[in-house]
Amino acid sequence: MTAIETPLIEAAQLNGSNLVLDESAERRFLVDRTAMTSPEIYAAELKKVFDHSWLYVGHESEIRNRGDYVRRPVGGRPVFMVRGAKTGAVNVFHNSCTHRGAVVCRQDSGNSKSFQCFYHAWTFSSEGNLVGVPGRDAYPDDLDYEQLGLARVARVESYRGFVFASFDPDIIDLVEYLAGAREYLDYVIDAQGDLQILAGTHEYGMQANWKLLVENSIDGYHAVPTHDTYFKYLADLGTDLAGGVNGVARDLGNGHAVMEYLAPWGRPIAKWESIFGEAANTEMAAIRADLTAKFGEDRAAVMCDHNRNLLIYPNLIINDIMAVTVRTFMPTSATSTDITGWQAAPHDELPEVRQRRLDSFLTFLGPGGFATPDDIEALESCQQGFASGGVEFSDISRGMGRDPLATDEEQMRAFWRRWRDQMDGQRLDQMDGKRLDQKDGQR
Amino acid sequence: MSTVVTTPLAQLTRSDVEELLFQEAELLDDWQLNTWLTLYTDDARYVIPCTDDRDANPASALVLIDDNRMRMQARVDRLNSRKAHREYPHSNLRHLVTNIRLDAPVGDELPVRASFAVWRFRAGRETVYVGRYHYRLVLSDGQLLIRSKRVELDMTALRPASDVAVIL
Ligand code: FES
Ligand SMILES: [Fe+2]
Repeated sequence: MTAIETPLIEAAQLNGSNLVLDESAERRFLVDRTAMTSPEIYAAELKKVFDHSWLYVGHESEIRNRGDYVRRPVGGRPVFMVRGAKTGAVNVFHNSCTHRGAVVCRQDSGNSKSFQCFYHAWTFSSEGNLVGVPGRDAYPDDLDYEQLGLARVARVESYRGFVFASFDPDIIDLVEYLAGAREYLDYVIDAQGDLQILAGTHEYGMQANWKLLVENSIDGYHAVPTHDTYFKYLADLGTDLAGGVNGVARDLGNGHAVMEYLAPWGRPIAKWESIFGEAANTEMAAIRADLTAKFGEDRAAVMCDHNRNLLIYPNLIINDIMAVTVRTFMPTSATSTDITGWQAAPHDELPEVRQRRLDSFLTFLGPGGFATPDDIEALESCQQGFASGGVEFSDISRGMGRDPLATDEEQMRAFWRRWRDQMDGQRLDQMDGKRLDQKDGQR
Repeated sequence: MSTVVTTPLAQLTRSDVEELLFQEAELLDDWQLNTWLTLYTDDARYVIPCTDDRDANPASALVLIDDNRMRMQARVDRLNSRKAHREYPHSNLRHLVTNIRLDAPVGDELPVRASFAVWRFRAGRETVYVGRYHYRLVLSDGQLLIRSKRVELDMTALRPASDVAVIL
């Protein structure tokens, strides 16, 4: 008796070029659905993508005071971020005791000058130094305290408060990595003034491949058909949605992408609509005037009137829409994903504007919102559809050969091209010029 | 729809309250959502804090759900439409409500705590939500009504349940 065997994926198939077919001349862009279903590809992604990218850890406002810390998985690895009690510097450590391995930081957040491992009580400072070893006389005199400090994640950099880490010591600097995404991050940050992450985390999940959520988060095409009930809700509130999702999609380089469009609704910073209440009108006009004085008319108009769905490759989404969401996610298998979302807002804003921002966030976004559950349903539905077989490729060619609109798929192609290159083993520092050539060829 | 009671707030018994909470559970399980809304006052609030911040004030922090009565109605309208894709077709739901405790009345409100488990079955998947309800009940023209329902989840993260597309 022989078991029915699932054929193992050929090593060659793990290469990105075999999975992502960019046939620009034919205006055809195809992704092999194996990329969403194969456990081997998932395992390869952990090494090739997540171990060689800059990954979002958290925001500095979450650890405002010395000793403040948050622990969270980054790239599937438990780490913690702590503001050093002595230096005030942002440290990101592997959350593992240098003695025999136990997790050192065991609370999700808090404030502490030091971290004591409960197993044998080794103690580490918030700067990572080993400062206490019970019964140290059992060790030879030269127990190397220096060597036995907490291991730092290979690279940590903050871009204006957004803290990223990379497990690749040789990765290019964060600002260079961000490429064109930097400008869009600036729009978000400049508009919010003193930006902070509000308390409360959306920690949800889906039974679908993580790359489907990348696509969905920057997909203007699905908004109207999928989110009918949400738009109906807005229309009932008196929002005029005639403008639709009217805007452009951009490849920002290095896998990052944005869709940007004129906001069909009010925006909490400085696009007033009646729902904010009369009292907020003056204040919001003042914020707009202030932004105009600071950044010039054009930039201020972009900040106030435009929505931005920004992808920072590979797994950070910042949606600057009716509220600002910061969302990251991580596959737990080829077919399941953990999603974590936060809300960003200015430190001080009018209570009625804050309330409206919170309302907007919750009605559209998050696992109890009027839209996100339907997105999850759509992505799980794709995943189920993949299992049916019979169709080898997904078609991601919408808008090829024209200046892509927000409802096109150029944003996704930007992601997939970088994913392909990374799965091919290409490092960003080795590829100058190559990407640009490809983009030219496609235009 | 709600039970008529003749006793004043302070003399309400656990069984008066049980009647209301069991009725609510049944209506939710039967997807009688418009009728469910009649158990609530016009100034009602339905709140679910995040799993990592159960004491959150929804006026300043991110929560999972913060509905006023208007949005509760919108949620019901949405769930009743065929375009709430996550719940069309609907899940099979079973609300189990237990350990009901009445606190001393505060003003015109009766605070009530209860433990709950909500089972959700759909498309071959089962999920369960467990936690504690915090109600504030009022008497209005002899009707016991819900002014506030706050759902504090015991799960450390929602991930196994995916989302809260159903009404807990
Ligand atoms: S494993 Fe941490 S002290 Fe032993
Ligand atoms: Fe969506």
